[in-house]
Amino acid sequence: MAKSIAGPEIERLIQLLAKLPGLGPRSARRAALHLVKKREPILRPLTAAMADALEKVGECSVCGNIDTSDPCTICRDPARDQSVVVVVEDVSDLWALERAKALNAAYHVLGGVLSPLEGIGPEDLTIRQLVERVSKGEVKELVIAVNATVEGQTTAHYLMDQLEGLDVRATRLAHGVPVGGELDYLDEGTLSAAMRSRTAL
Amino acid sequence: MGRQSEIGHLRLFDFRNYELLDLSFQKRFVVFAGPNGAGKTNLLEALSLLSPGRGLRRAPYGEMARQGTQSGFSVKASVRIASEETTVVTSVRLDGEGPNSRLVRIDETQAKSAEELLDIARIVWLTPAMDGLFTGPAGDRRRFLDRMVLSIDPTHGRRASDFERAMRSRNKLLSDNRIDDRWLAGIEMQMAELGVAMAVARNELVANLTNAIALADPDLPFPKAGLVLSPGFEEGGLDGPAVQVEDRYRERLARDRYRDAGAGRTLEGPHRADLEVTHLAKHMPAGLSSTGEQKALLVGLIIAHARLTSVLSGMAPILLLDEIAAHLDARRRASLFDLVGDLGGQTFMTGTDESLFEALGDRAQIITIADGAVREPREE
Ligand SMILES: Nc1ncnc2c1ncn2[C@@H]1O[C@H](COP(=O)(O)OP(=O)(O)OP(=O)(O)O)[C@@H](O)[C@H]1O
Ligand SMILES: [Mg+2]
Ligand SMILES: [Zn+2]
Repeated sequence: MAKSIAGPEIERLIQLLAKLPGLGPRSARRAALHLVKKREPILRPLTAAMADALEKVGECSVCGNIDTSDPCTICRDPARDQSVVVVVEDVSDLWALERAKALNAAYHVLGGVLSPLEGIGPEDLTIRQLVERVSKGEVKELVIAVNATVEGQTTAHYLMDQLEGLDVRATRLAHGVPVGGELDYLDEGTLSAAMRSRTAL
Repeated sequence: MGRQSEIGHLRLFDFRNYELLDLSFQKRFVVFAGPNGAGKTNLLEALSLLSPGRGLRRAPYGEMARQGTQSGFSVKASVRIASEETTVVTSVRLDGEGPNSRLVRIDETQAKSAEELLDIARIVWLTPAMDGLFTGPAGDRRRFLDRMVLSIDPTHGRRASDFERAMRSRNKLLSDNRIDDRWLAGIEMQMAELGVAMAVARNELVANLTNAIALADPDLPFPKAGLVLSPGFEEGGLDGPAVQVEDRYRERLARDRYRDAGAGRTLEGPHRADLEVTHLAKHMPAGLSSTGEQKALLVGLIIAHARLTSVLSGMAPILLLDEIAAHLDARRRASLFDLVGDLGGQTFMTGTDESLFEALGDRAQIITIADGAVREPREE
């Protein structure tokens, strides 16, 4: 390990920054240096924005979205068709679909996919909450928009099995999504096409 | 025939024993000549990174980085496809800044998956490490078979790695004693779809290859190989429409969960397949043929496959033939050069002795290597 060249406060900042996705130790060091150099124009407003986020931002208890209100803006939106629920793996997928303006619907964030290899089981996902939400009877259609990976497909199959007997139409987001393609990275045109051509299971 | 890709330039940075190396290729035959340990195979390995996977040694990326470097390595190649130039850069970072695998950029754009490389070139190799293919473990033959499928059907790699992942997921649930019927059924459905698709693709390749071999000139010094695939499936094998094969396999997976849990692995599936090769004229299993015969069989197989690739994909493959001339007598060498020349693609070969390539005459560009450096190509 390289010997520490700065005080423990800076080292701590670097260590925390390195935990962010996409940042390795070297770029975290660069970012930390940048922050302390740009104290007034960046570090102070960033600190305030982070404190604000910590205080106000949370998970929507209905759909799992991240927002400043609970239920979230999407769940409270009367202009949306709340009877159609798009099931996604992660909040980032929800945001990708929103950016693509693919569908005027509500969402359900699973919080991941079933993965024995990573030790993620049904109890770690919001499958039970989804079944409860559907059991209440207001949801008429589910669009299962999990990624086309092995784990995504297994999770979709598992979900379909859980929903059997409930009065809901389930469709899969199928066309245009390449196998192994992650929803988050799809270009928005592909996504809208995929949403339009979703197929009934 | 179709598109032809040719590598015009190669640049290595901190790759194996090369700190920095620039090479230009002018001819369809390129020979790397030099003493043992000079770095000839390393050059072929660098070229093999133009195809998906970890290259012809299947080495971990950490091993490919030059000893002593901390940052990683890169391999850059310019490939001409129908007079258009494409630049492919593979890079691996070892300092924790990059992803845990290699990054591929094609014309400055990051490739979404390694399969995109198959649009650039189809690469086929033959190395001394494959000499024991017919006598070694079935896993080596499966991998050999799958690489042959992949160079014709780019989706095969993803299919195989997805199957592997699904199977490992099932094994994990079984070994954790977590017999969740719905979860396992979801996984087994994937295994059935992917596994049968894999088996069908392999089967098709073996059928096509068998035809290609049957059509080959019987007077060639490379004996014809008979191929029989045992697909790895029990009762009924691959008989019937694919959906039925899938259903049968899925039902058996569900039935055999406890047996597999006891065995600690999945006992049925495409991961248990094997390719049996025979010396047709002698009605002998390839494994019982002489060393030289085995090599000649393998060469014949590679050539037939290269020809098939070029017919089915429209791209003449780039051949990497390591130490190819060493085990072949002069007649076989000359015949090999002509066969390879007829394929129309680019061929890279290595050898400790330049004289082994005399029959190529001025068809070949000889590049002499000594200790991680290159002596400029000889002026003719
Ligand atoms: N990561 C690495 N860093 C530095 N050198 C390496 C690395 N990996 C391998 N080498 C060295 O590269 C040298 C050349 O290896 P290579 O296999 O290419 O030789 P070769 O020319 O094919 O020899 P032969 O004729 O014996 O097959 C070897 O001496 C090996 O020690
Ligand atoms: Mg060698
Ligand atoms: Zn919500």
